[in-house]
Amino acid sequence: MLNYNFNWSVIWRNWDKFVDALLLGLGMAVVSLLIGTLIGLLVAYARGAGPRWLRWPAFVYVEFIRNVPLLLLVFFVYFGLPELGIYGLDKVQSFVLTLSLYAGAYMAEVFRAGLASIPRGYAEAARAIGLRPLQRQRYVILPVMFRITLPSITNNLVSLFKDTSLAAAIAVPELTFTARQVNANTFRVMESWLTATALYLFTAYAIAIVLRLVEKRYAVIR
Amino acid sequence: MIFERGHFIYEFWVARFSLLAGLWTTVSTSFLTIVIGSALGLVLGLVLAYGIWPLRFLARFYVDVIRGIPLLVLILFAYYGLALFKISVTPYWAGVIALSAFCVSHVAETVRGAIQSVPAGQDEAAKAIGLPFLKRVRYVILPQALRRVLPPWVNTALEMVKGTTLLSVIGVVELLLASQQAIARNYLILQFYLAATLFYFIVNFAIAQLAAALERRFRRFKY
Amino acid sequence: MALLEARNVQKHFGSVEVLKSIDLDVEQGQVVALIGASGSGKTTFLRCINLLEQYDAGSIALDGEVVGFTSDGRRRPLSERRVSAQRARIGMVFQQFNLFPHMTAEQNVMLGLTKVQGKAKDEAATIARHWLDRVGLSERRDHYPYQLSGGQQQRVAIARAVAMSPRLMLFDEATSALDPELVAEVLAVIQDLAKSGMTMLLVSHEMLFVRDVASKVVFMDGGRIAQAGPPEEVFHHPENERLKTFLGRFHGMFGQPV
Repeated sequence: MLNYNFNWSVIWRNWDKFVDALLLGLGMAVVSLLIGTLIGLLVAYARGAGPRWLRWPAFVYVEFIRNVPLLLLVFFVYFGLPELGIYGLDKVQSFVLTLSLYAGAYMAEVFRAGLASIPRGYAEAARAIGLRPLQRQRYVILPVMFRITLPSITNNLVSLFKDTSLAAAIAVPELTFTARQVNANTFRVMESWLTATALYLFTAYAIAIVLRLVEKRYAVIR
Repeated sequence: MIFERGHFIYEFWVARFSLLAGLWTTVSTSFLTIVIGSALGLVLGLVLAYGIWPLRFLARFYVDVIRGIPLLVLILFAYYGLALFKISVTPYWAGVIALSAFCVSHVAETVRGAIQSVPAGQDEAAKAIGLPFLKRVRYVILPQALRRVLPPWVNTALEMVKGTTLLSVIGVVELLLASQQAIARNYLILQFYLAATLFYFIVNFAIAQLAAALERRFRRFKY
Repeated sequence: MALLEARNVQKHFGSVEVLKSIDLDVEQGQVVALIGASGSGKTTFLRCINLLEQYDAGSIALDGEVVGFTSDGRRRPLSERRVSAQRARIGMVFQQFNLFPHMTAEQNVMLGLTKVQGKAKDEAATIARHWLDRVGLSERRDHYPYQLSGGQQQRVAIARAVAMSPRLMLFDEATSALDPELVAEVLAVIQDLAKSGMTMLLVSHEMLFVRDVASKVVFMDGGRIAQAGPPEEVFHHPENERLKTFLGRFHGMFGQPV
C-alpha cells in the first residue's frame, strides 16, 4: 500500500447505513427467489408438460432472459414501464420485479432439469398406489424435485444476492450504492470498498453454509 | 414520416456512429476480457489441480474471494482503487482488468473441475507408458479435459459479454451507455432499450446455439 | 366370473407388436406366474393390467369392470380419477422397488392409505405398522429407503402395496434387482402372502419359487401365451418347443421329483 493510511472511523460512523443496505439487498434477493421459484415452476411445467401453444412462449421467455444483460433489463423495466403506462412502482419494487423475472428463467431451467432427473419409477409407483395426477405431483414428484434441486437453488440465491448490486444503478440504497456514496462523501476509497466486499463475501458464504446444512438435512440419497 | 425527428428510424440513423462506437467498445472489451481471462484462467486452473500447496492455497483463496463478490463491486473497486496505487488507467482499462479478474476465477474453477473429472485410470495409463508429468498433462489429460470445459466456458464467455454492460456505470461508453445517451437526446426509451435488448439476445443466443451444436459434435468422444 | 379376465389384449410400441393376443383368467385366491424369455411381453402385460401402459385392443376386466375404459364395449378412456381408483384396487411391486426416497418406510406405506383411501393418520399408521411387522421390518419403520438394504426396500414396497387391501397383487420381477443373498427374504414374504389367500399375478425368473408358489404357470412367447397349466404339467410335460428350450436353461433344477 503506497502511503495509504487507513481510517476506519468513517465506516463505523456509517455502519448503520451499511447494515440497512445489506439487509435490503438480502431481502430483495429472497423475495425475488420466492417469486422466481413460483414463475420457474409454472414455466418448467409449461415447457415439459404444457400444451404446444404454451411451450413456445415458455421457451422464448427463458432464452430471452438468459441471453440479455441483467442491467439492461433493470433499466428497461425501471424506465420502460412508465412509458407503457404502468406507473406506481418505486425503485425497489421495480428492481424486485426485474430480479424476479430474471430468477424465474433460471429457476425454470433448474426445475426442468430436476424434473427430468427423477427416475420414472417414482411416478409409476405413485400411479400404482392410485394417486391422482395432482396428488402425484404434490406428494411425490415435487418433494423429490425440490430435494434434488436444493443445491442449485442455493447457488441461485447466492447469485441473486450478488445481483442485487445492480440496483445501485437505479439508486436503490443497497450495499454497492452505499459504498459508492460513502466513498464519494469521505474519499475513503479502500475502506468503503473493502467493507462492501467483506460484507458481500461474508453474506454470500453465510447463505451457502446455512443452506448446505439444510441440504444435508433433506438430502435424497438415491 | 419515417425520416422525421422523433421517429425511431430517424433517430437511430442520427445516432448511428455513436451506437457503432459503443458496439465496438462492447466487442473489444468482451474480446480482451475473454482472451486474458481464459489464458490466465487456464494457468490458474492448472495451479488449482496440480500446484504445490502454498500456490494452490493462494489460487483457491483468489478464486473463492472473486466468486463471492459481485462483478459490479469489482469494477467499481478497480475504477476507484487502482488510482490509489498511482496506476493511472482509463475507465476502459480499469473495466477490462476487473472483468478479466472475474473471468479468470470462473475459468480456473471450470478447468480444475474438468481436469479432476478425467478418470484416474487415464493418468495411470499414461504413467505406465512412461510419460513424464508435463507430457501426461499435455497429451493425455488436457485434451480430454478441454472438451468438458467447452460448455461452461461458453457460459462464462456469454456472462462476460453481458457483464460489459456494467462498464456503463463507470462511464465507459459501450453499447448500453451509447443507447442511453441516444435516449437522453430523443427520449425514445422503449425503442432504444428494445433495440439494445434484441441485439444482445440475438448475438448471445446465436453463440449459445453454436456452442451447443459444437458440443453435440464432441459428444462422440465421450467414454 | 374370474377375478381378472383378459380378452384378446393387444399392445404395440411403434411397429413392434409386443402383445399379439392375450387371453387369461385369474381366479380369486389363485397365484398365477408368468414365465418366458425377456421380450416375450410378460412385463408389458402386467403393466397393462394397472394401465401403466395403455393396451391398444381387447379388454382387461377386474371384478367385471374394464380397466381404463368404459365397460359398455365402446372403449372410451376413463377419466384419470376413475383410473386412479381402479389402480388403488391393484397392488404392484416393481423390479426397482421405487420407494419414495423422501419418506420413511412407514410414510411410504401410509401415503396411499391417507391420500387415496382417505384414512385418518392414526388408522393408517396402525395399518402400516401391522404390515411392516408382517414383512419383518417393524424395527425399520423410521428408516429412509437409502438406509435399507435392497431386500428390505422390496419388503417395504410389498407392504406399501398390500396395505391398500388390493383385490389383486402384481409382482414385476420383484427379485431380479436383488443381490442373490437377499432374494430369499423377499420370496419368503411373497410366499407368506400367497398362503394367506392373496390373489397374485407374478412375473419371475425364480423357477423353483414359481413351482412352489404358483397354482398356474403361464409361458409367454412372442407376445402370445404358448402354454398354460398347473406347474407340474408346464415344468415336467412341456409340449411347446420353445418352452422346452426355455426350460432347458434351468435343466437340473427339476431333475429331482417334485
